[in-house]
Amino acid sequence: MSTFQIDFDKRDRVVGIDLGTTNSLVAFMDFTGPAIIPSANGGRLVPSVVSVNPGGEVVVGDEARQLLLTQPDRTVYSAKRLMGRGLDDIREDLKLFPFHIAEGSESVLQLQLGEQHLTPPEISAHVLRQLKRNAEAYLGETVTKAVITVPAYFNDAQRQATKDAGRIAGLEVLRLVNEPTAASLAYGLDKRKDGVVAVYDLGGGTFDISILKLQEGIFEVLATHGDTHLGGDDIDNLLLRIALEDIHSEWGMDLSSDNEGVQRLRRAVIAAKEKLSFAPSTVIELEYRGRKYSRGIDRALFDRLIAPIVDRTLGPCRECIKDAGVTVDQIDEVVLVGGSTRIPLVRTAVENLFRAKPHTDLNPDEVVALGAAVQAGILSGDVQDKLLLDVTPLSLGIETMGGVVSKLILRNSTIPASATESFTTAVDGQTNVLIHVLQGERELVKDCRSLARFDLKDIDPVPAGLARIEVRFLIDANGILNVTARDQRTGKEQSVDIKPSYGLTDEQVEKMILESVQKAEEDFHARQVREAQVEADNILRAVEKGKQNPAYSGLTEEERAAIEKAIHDLQAAYHSNDHHGINDKIEALNAATQKLAEDMMNTAVSSALRGTKI
Amino acid sequence: MTGYYELFGIERKLALDTALLQKRFYELSRELHPDRFARKSEAERQNALDASSRLNDAYRTLRDPVQRAMYVLAEEGFDIGEQRGKDVPPELLEEVFELNMALEELRNGDDSARPQLETAHRNFQEMLAGTSGQLETLFALWDADRSRETLVKIRAVLNRRKYVQNLVSEVEKHVHVSN
Repeated sequence: MSTFQIDFDKRDRVVGIDLGTTNSLVAFMDFTGPAIIPSANGGRLVPSVVSVNPGGEVVVGDEARQLLLTQPDRTVYSAKRLMGRGLDDIREDLKLFPFHIAEGSESVLQLQLGEQHLTPPEISAHVLRQLKRNAEAYLGETVTKAVITVPAYFNDAQRQATKDAGRIAGLEVLRLVNEPTAASLAYGLDKRKDGVVAVYDLGGGTFDISILKLQEGIFEVLATHGDTHLGGDDIDNLLLRIALEDIHSEWGMDLSSDNEGVQRLRRAVIAAKEKLSFAPSTVIELEYRGRKYSRGIDRALFDRLIAPIVDRTLGPCRECIKDAGVTVDQIDEVVLVGGSTRIPLVRTAVENLFRAKPHTDLNPDEVVALGAAVQAGILSGDVQDKLLLDVTPLSLGIETMGGVVSKLILRNSTIPASATESFTTAVDGQTNVLIHVLQGERELVKDCRSLARFDLKDIDPVPAGLARIEVRFLIDANGILNVTARDQRTGKEQSVDIKPSYGLTDEQVEKMILESVQKAEEDFHARQVREAQVEADNILRAVEKGKQNPAYSGLTEEERAAIEKAIHDLQAAYHSNDHHGINDKIEALNAATQKLAEDMMNTAVSSALRGTKI
Repeated sequence: MTGYYELFGIERKLALDTALLQKRFYELSRELHPDRFARKSEAERQNALDASSRLNDAYRTLRDPVQRAMYVLAEEGFDIGEQRGKDVPPELLEEVFELNMALEELRNGDDSARPQLETAHRNFQEMLAGTSGQLETLFALWDADRSRETLVKIRAVLNRRKYVQNLVSEVEKHVHVSN
């Protein structure tokens, strides 16, 4: 419902989005500060689950999470794990997650959901579109600009995939912000005092640790580290495996190939995991196909089981402290982010490592989205006093002789960061030079991650070694690489042809945007038809009722015939799939029944008057 | 293009005031960071990207004593790329010879060389710490005398430092050294 709005500013609204592995949220900058935007049903978290119904309709969020039980083959969760990845990267994930890889995924990874083939960015785009719709409904305005958060340890391809998802969803992604850094913005830590802060972020599928220096509203990231495949999912899978083994021996049946059974059991272990964060013991329970499984688990056993997973976060923490050039004693505050930090063992481990009690004042599920809204406020100019200086998590290099990587931009460099390198030709008349760009800390090409191959084309054919092409590698504020090249002899801009090693080309993204616009139009049209039909139902029902009214018999023969005709016309148009046609017939029926409505009103008034003593 | 020192508006000294450098860095970041230009034209945003990446590169260079010295050496026309870290500094010849022997033994499965390598590792670490002190002294000297001779000395220390660093990582590859 519309209330009065104060339109004191023509600035475009920028929302902040936390596109999570398990749940996603959207937030905006309200007058009093950042606020989460609830969905229509009042929920604040939108499960990052997407399902495709047999009719082709796409369902997102809570509803899709339900469908995980009834149509698991058409439903996907934790798709964030696949962002910016190739088939070879996800072999391990495939053992643990029910991802249905579509055929032809060798070049671009695609999932099969029912009849549809969707790339991970397209799946994420469906989640983003849902958040966009929620924001538009809540704010009562169209939303086209967003800040989206990514794990700090995301590489270039994973970041690019996230940006692509935004574009496909019809959002201009003004900035990708690292999740732990966003969280630090939400905490308003700068207000307390200047100092050094560590942000420990353990989410559903990713782990990040960032160490920041805060000074007079500047949030300078000193170092970041992490693991993009470590999170609550791993704990779920561990418990799931144990429960499946139990069931195998108790029931004498292997449930692991029964998709629905696995999803029900997965729900049960997640419920148990969550319970153990505040209760000393609980029971994993499943009732399925007339059988019952029940297993008690206490905190001590749970801690013992998950200790190896929690331990995996500590190595990156130590590395990060070292890279930041600080000692543990110099860290003033520790902040916990991500749902998995509710686990007591995680809290204890963090407390032991940093020798400080971590902050947990803000809801760990919401703090990243709130921070994204603050960053959105910075970009739109609403927030003036804060500025985030983030870093690139991985070193950037190029392949040189012998398969060795020559590092150009070191990890933990403040972004934007750039490096310039000169290239020449090896053969007389050579007109192109291929540059292989990699990301990672290791020395050899085979141990680093291939980002892209850049082909410097149309070089003037000159004797070997004479050409001098200056190439500028620039990592922008999103942590995404841009490459430009210039021929130093002629001074002209050199064309660069990019072949991303993973992920989508620009053309592919453009095509998806077009398709999604088409689909959006179809969706819009379908909604208009549906709305017209609802209105037609209402008026038809009202007229039917009116015909029972004494006023109806007071109408002339012609008037009644006109009403019958209008009813008939509307019923004929009802299934025409043309909302204009339906609306026209509604108008006509309205006109034909106007006299009836007036008469009914008069009867009602006079009967009301009759009952009143003056 | 403006030099790094001019960018920060600070005096071209090797022994520079890093607190002042940080203060200027923050001030300039508030002015130049792309966040400040998100609503501006494409051209202005591109300019902000260029300017802030250069600011960050400059800060990264000047903040670190070794990077800073290399930057000044390059500006003064010294060749710092090729030679660095390749020739054995004469005073280290003997030590490096023994180290290579010990590494060879270890590679051949002779574990008795391990303690010797651990000692070498400690020595090299100390040497690195020592070069930091030497650089500090030479920085102050150059700020006062601005002589080429001092820069030559600085380059020699940097080369030795690079060489020792390579030795340290070589040892660490073979021996897990706990600190």
